[in-house]
Amino acid sequence: MIPAPIVDLVSLSPVIVLSLFAMGVLILDLFIGKDKTVLVFLSLLGLFLAAVSSLAKGTGPIYSFSNSYVVDTFSIFLTFVFAISSALAIMLSVSYNKEQGIKIGEYYSIILFCTVGMIVLASSADLIMIFLGIEIVSISLYILAGIRRTEKRSNEAALKYFLLGAFASGFLLYGMALVYGATGTTHLKDIASVLASSEFKTSPILLMGVVLLVVGFGFKVASVPFHMWAPDVYQGSATPVTAFMSVGPKAAVFAAFFRIFVEGIPNISDYWDTILCIVAVITMFVGNLGAIIQDNMKRLLAYSSISHAGYILVALIAKNSLGMSSLLFYMLAYAFMSFGAFAIIIILDKQNGDNLEVKDYAGLGFKHPVIAVCMSIFLLSLGGLPPFAGFVGKFYIFSAAVKEGYITLVVLGVLNSAISFYYYLRVIVYMYMKEPEGDYQVQPSLAPFSLLVIGIAVFGTIELGIFPGPVISWTMN
Amino acid sequence: MELLIFYPIAALAVVLALFVVFNKSPIGSAVSLIGLMLCLAGVFIGLSAHFVAILQVIIYAGAIMVLFMFVIMLLNLKDDDNVIWKSREGNTLLTVLTGFLVLGILYKIISITLSADSSKPAKIMESFGTTAEVGKSLFTTYVLPFEVASILLLVAMVGALVLAKTKID
Amino acid sequence: MEQYIGASLMLLFATGIAGGMVLMTSLLGPKKSFADKDEPFECGESQIVSPHQRFSVKFYLVAVLFILFDIEAVFLFPWAILFKKLGMFGFIEMFLFLLILGVGLLYVWKKGGLDWE
Repeated sequence: MIPAPIVDLVSLSPVIVLSLFAMGVLILDLFIGKDKTVLVFLSLLGLFLAAVSSLAKGTGPIYSFSNSYVVDTFSIFLTFVFAISSALAIMLSVSYNKEQGIKIGEYYSIILFCTVGMIVLASSADLIMIFLGIEIVSISLYILAGIRRTEKRSNEAALKYFLLGAFASGFLLYGMALVYGATGTTHLKDIASVLASSEFKTSPILLMGVVLLVVGFGFKVASVPFHMWAPDVYQGSATPVTAFMSVGPKAAVFAAFFRIFVEGIPNISDYWDTILCIVAVITMFVGNLGAIIQDNMKRLLAYSSISHAGYILVALIAKNSLGMSSLLFYMLAYAFMSFGAFAIIIILDKQNGDNLEVKDYAGLGFKHPVIAVCMSIFLLSLGGLPPFAGFVGKFYIFSAAVKEGYITLVVLGVLNSAISFYYYLRVIVYMYMKEPEGDYQVQPSLAPFSLLVIGIAVFGTIELGIFPGPVISWTMN
Repeated sequence: MELLIFYPIAALAVVLALFVVFNKSPIGSAVSLIGLMLCLAGVFIGLSAHFVAILQVIIYAGAIMVLFMFVIMLLNLKDDDNVIWKSREGNTLLTVLTGFLVLGILYKIISITLSADSSKPAKIMESFGTTAEVGKSLFTTYVLPFEVASILLLVAMVGALVLAKTKID
Repeated sequence: MEQYIGASLMLLFATGIAGGMVLMTSLLGPKKSFADKDEPFECGESQIVSPHQRFSVKFYLVAVLFILFDIEAVFLFPWAILFKKLGMFGFIEMFLFLLILGVGLLYVWKKGGLDWE
């Protein structure tokens, strides 16, 4: 007889709940007619229950499934971020999908499956689990990128993303295999204890594995020099999908990145520290300088999202508990700002992707002052202006890095924040100071769900900016 | 004895790999690839990784090559008699650099392999690599990845249908 | 290595018998050839077509689904070998695995992924 392993279903409850809802939505879609509203509500319910059930185990790090799954503040907080971002994405999609003719109900279940993958990623303490999580997230995103099946741009986005993403997965898997080969275990805890003895530290196999891991993760979070796919994919995908993939999946991959590098292989940080510093700096510069020359709003936000990946890398490089909590805080703040900005793009977006250029925003400040004010809040927050969430997040990340003595890195980061204001302010200047070319035609489609998303995003951006205390103390736990 | 089996199989694998690259017809390349997969399965058996060898045959030489064949037929690739592959001018430097990098890595790998002490191979247990042994750890230590893998397969199934089905609504 | 001797012998016998049969028929069988017999024949197909015919994209879907269910089937081998040793736990485990993929099968079926349209 082989003894049965210990199964801790309570730790796993968010994953179980959400998987059940995802499968339920998938099956229910087959039997209901054309109206998909019930799927929306079912998905939102599933996300809510998953977030609530993640609290079932308390906050102390609890390892289960022979040390391959862990519940701690990090994973619980991120589960909440994922649930919020997926819920916002679903709410944004309701009217958008109707207008753009995206009729398939699988859309919602794929978002839920993707969220399952994200939770798995944030909670796994084992290389195999991390790889499975990344694959679930990636495959869901390939599908979502190509969800507008009749649109050429969408097909291009899906194909590009799939081909490059599959390569990156290959690099990642090879890196994991080499790390396993060098240390003889896939559990991050055991890898850390193996590396604590100096014997294995300089093994070339291990170093090659770490470099391949950097390449694979670098691609998945769109850091330079593996960022080329991001603008095309962000532009080609349906806008709610773009918003979705810029927040949740990115946060999830960063979580795994953080777990492997800071919890698994911190003992050899001498080797990867410099690589990541260089990657972070060029990511910030390429993202911000690239955004300056963009005229398309989605591409602009794509480059902005690349630069934000650079800032988050700084939190990872800091390798301290402050870095971890600043990473968590930044993820939540970024979720609100990014979804807010994309929500505005969506309500101004007409079929065929019109009104997506920066110049289409000319005169918005006079015709629709409320929308313009909201957009300004999101953009200024993305740039990092007080009193909005983005400022607190950046401040927090940079102070984590200063604490560890990365002064040059922080100076370059602050310089980049300054550069980023140029393109964020450019949009605001267009909204308030430029006359629209010809007649003003932009007619926002004000669906209740989209307005709710904007409301939540404005609230989150300002609340986290002015009263960051409760959230910060939660992340510090 | 084991080397007597390993060298012919490995040599055949290298030859077949060259066929894959240099064959003019895509179908020919794919067939060589099947042979290559079978040879790799042989190498895995030599390494006592029996279950992996079976997987190599069932999944790679079987299922994945079927997909390759279908895709080749789908794309309707002709023999490349009039297609001349050219690398982009600007990329030449990068290509050469990458080539040297790969050469360097290969050199490193070979030197590690050669410097390893092969007189005392690591002891492995009798049942190492058998289907039962793989199953034992799959169903106990790695039970969670096993179940999560089914979610992954389900998502892939949905994805295949959503993206490749001609009529979806 | 010893455990492979049986399998190799089996393989040798199988190829020997199959190959021998082909060889024997070609050696012993009567050979009469005439024009109609030499033509390649397939029911309902014209005889001379370009080999470069484009396959329908539907094959692709079939192939992908085949791979997915093939991978699923691979997990069954170790499970079947250990079925008795794993006891109830193993049964539940595999039941869940197959249930999740059963949901996939139901989806593919109802959606018409198995129809040829």
